[in-house]
Amino acid sequence: MGVADDLFKALADPTRRTILDELTQKSGQTLFEICSRLSMKHRLGISRQAVSQHLAVLEAAGLVETRREGRYKFHDLNTAPLRQIAERWLATEASDPSAVSAPSDTSGPSDPCDPEESTP
Amino acid sequence: MRIQLTSVFVDDQAKALHFYTEVLGFVKKHDVPVGEKDRWLTVVSPEEPGGTELLLEPMGHPAARTYRDALTEDGIPLAQFAVDDVNAEYERLRGLGVRFTQEPLEMGPVTTAVFDDTCGNLIQIATQPQ
Repeated sequence: MGVADDLFKALADPTRRTILDELTQKSGQTLFEICSRLSMKHRLGISRQAVSQHLAVLEAAGLVETRREGRYKFHDLNTAPLRQIAERWLATEASDPSAVSAPSDTSGPSDPCDPEESTP
Repeated sequence: MRIQLTSVFVDDQAKALHFYTEVLGFVKKHDVPVGEKDRWLTVVSPEEPGGTELLLEPMGHPAARTYRDALTEDGIPLAQFAVDDVNAEYERLRGLGVRFTQEPLEMGPVTTAVFDDTCGNLIQIATQPQ
């Protein structure tokens, strides 16, 4: 699966977007803190294992990076992959409105009407 | 039935006693030699001298370390203490060099923070509405 696919798949899930929201508020959170925020602030009934799996998807997309510090593991937000989205549809128009080049999709041909496409 | 005693495994009992009394502010309740080098070592809160004792238990079993280290990596605390004001306690402890893995976090009516007890455990402090 291509980089863009990983990114959009990661963003397609509301729980994963909430995790990103919380990491935007404060970077460098342990798994425990992320779980606490989801259950206490957002009232999401979600297991620690499920949160771990969501974090793995976000990490595969490059949106979350893990950092070991001593005996603990922290999760940091990385917004760099989001720039791909901005550059793909917004930057071209901003830099030169006449030169709209079609960006290449890494996933190859797929059915644009396929409703299964964005669901994990 | 009452909860009279709870425990945390510690790497070093002498170091643990120092941290739990001098830094956290608990007081020693029992200190009885057990075997060659271990002690039955408990502390209580000065606010509740007759309250629940915390046993600072030697890290005797190898599985205890595996269990503790796995939880610590994910930031999961092994005990929780109640404080009147998490933010004030956070500032006080940080001033004493205590390492926090979670800064004070307000979640609805509850505020929590998590710190390292220097003996291998993460401890959560929490303020809950009366």
